[in-house]
Amino acid sequence: MSLSDTIKQGLKQWTLAMGGDDLDDRLRDGRHANEYGVDSFGFSLEYALSAVGPFLWLYKHYFRVETFGLENVPAGRVLLVSNHGGQLPVDGAMIGVAMLTEAKPPRVIRSMVEKWVGSLPYVSTFFARIGQIVGTPENCRRLLENDEAILVFPEGLKGISKLYSQRYQLQDFGLGFMRLALETKTPIVPVAVVGSEEQAPALLNLKTVGKLFGMPALPVTPYGLPFPLPAKYRIYFGEPLTFTGRADDEDAELEKRVKVVKATIQSMLEKGLSERKGVFF
Amino acid sequence: MVLVTGISGNLGRVVAKLLHRTERVAGIDRRPFIGKPKDVEHFQIDLRKKKTDDVFRKLPIKAIVHMGIMHDPRMSAEDHHSFNVLGTTRILDCAAKFGVKKLVVLSSANVYGPSPDNSNFLSEEAPLMAASRFPSVRDLIEVDMLAHGFFWRQPSVETVVLRPVHIVGPTIKNAPSNYLRLKRPMTLMGFDPMVQLIHMHDVGAALVEALKPGLKGVYNVTGPGEVPLSSCFKELGARPIPVPHPIARGLVSSLFKYRLASYPPEELDHIQFLCMVDGGRWRRETHWQPAFSIRETIRGVLSDLT
Repeated sequence: MSLSDTIKQGLKQWTLAMGGDDLDDRLRDGRHANEYGVDSFGFSLEYALSAVGPFLWLYKHYFRVETFGLENVPAGRVLLVSNHGGQLPVDGAMIGVAMLTEAKPPRVIRSMVEKWVGSLPYVSTFFARIGQIVGTPENCRRLLENDEAILVFPEGLKGISKLYSQRYQLQDFGLGFMRLALETKTPIVPVAVVGSEEQAPALLNLKTVGKLFGMPALPVTPYGLPFPLPAKYRIYFGEPLTFTGRADDEDAELEKRVKVVKATIQSMLEKGLSERKGVFF
Repeated sequence: MVLVTGISGNLGRVVAKLLHRTERVAGIDRRPFIGKPKDVEHFQIDLRKKKTDDVFRKLPIKAIVHMGIMHDPRMSAEDHHSFNVLGTTRILDCAAKFGVKKLVVLSSANVYGPSPDNSNFLSEEAPLMAASRFPSVRDLIEVDMLAHGFFWRQPSVETVVLRPVHIVGPTIKNAPSNYLRLKRPMTLMGFDPMVQLIHMHDVGAALVEALKPGLKGVYNVTGPGEVPLSSCFKELGARPIPVPHPIARGLVSSLFKYRLASYPPEELDHIQFLCMVDGGRWRRETHWQPAFSIRETIRGVLSDLT
């Protein structure tokens, strides 16, 4: 066995030790993989179980994630729509780990990544094997039609690079997710992540300098780089929202429905913030 | 009677052998037809020349399988363009002029072109972007577009354009088959795109299927499934040499210039980015199914299993 295979096996055992011995069997149910262990998008359960180990450790011991309302996530196709913040997409990883290890039955979350990810070595392969897909509407539609669960951050880049002073203030939502939900008749589960937006308190964003290095943002924290602090994560899953209407309607019509989702997440955030005692515990 | 252009090629011979038991078959190719079945009539002529018309005058040709399309990266872009575009134009003219009922054109899923922002599965409506990064393939796109235009202009001819994924087979000498046969292939460090392969015999069967009356349109044709490039090499027992991609591009372009590499650097896009298609429409509208499994297709690069 090669070194990388040994490491992968070790990581997988670690994941199973933390997440339950039968996690792989429960996840395998209902998923299609060919004789090379991947689905048609390149997701590999074996690879994902190895990759998730370090994140599961962070989930349990560093961010000490607590989840609420996981049972609200329906079986079948679903769009999880969440707030986004904290400079690094830890919120996405934690929602993914929650669905993978705590949901009953466990679910693999697929999220849509930026197009430039496809041009990055290692990162592009890593994301594909753990089920993250380049975010084109066709990809999203196809996954929903396959009854997958998809995580979207409609705030996008504006969300993740929020400054500390803007924490938990939802930025403008994109409309794309609503079009897809209407088109594929997919329920939307609003998700509020409390904790993430304080993990790396950015004081300013040196966008122009970032651009020089090909990065879309360059946040600066009191301690320099946006290393995530051990903020305590609380993830709230709301009741599913179902919308009706024409997918190809004018933006203004879609905006009305998007506002409902945004307002729901904002009030879930307020509630979560008022219930907690502090940022780190 | 069915006319097969490019009949002397590997795929042409597969199609001729599948067809000649049930149909009268004629072929046009500049190259001699080695191992020609006795009942196949072969015309060793250049598709672009007037003599092609004589074949139609002489024989009652009702259907054409047009695969006389050159893919040799060693020939100049000018030769490619002339042969592929003028040859196709000639065949389309004849099809319109001589009352042909059916025209099947073998295009390729490569016309979409690999790119980091491609959707994982491109439909037939996706734009043909291959030439934006790799200008010397524009003749292949032009062939596809000519056939596409003919489909609309000549409703009396049932036109089918097939865009199969990478065709592989023991005797096939295209870039993907040659690459997969390498014992120490170069790969791009950190890139392992999903690839779609199809066995040459499955493509042959698809071309025959496309001849069925009633069928017309543009179709992607996919094989048994999708695999990471690395799995293909594992299956074939090859040991890839990963090279960082900026270095690889420089390396391949100088090797190609001095004729030490058989493919141009732009082909590297195929082992770096996605170029996969959705073959659902073809599967729904025909009875064709790939006969080769993923494993058999990959192994098929090395030896003939049939």
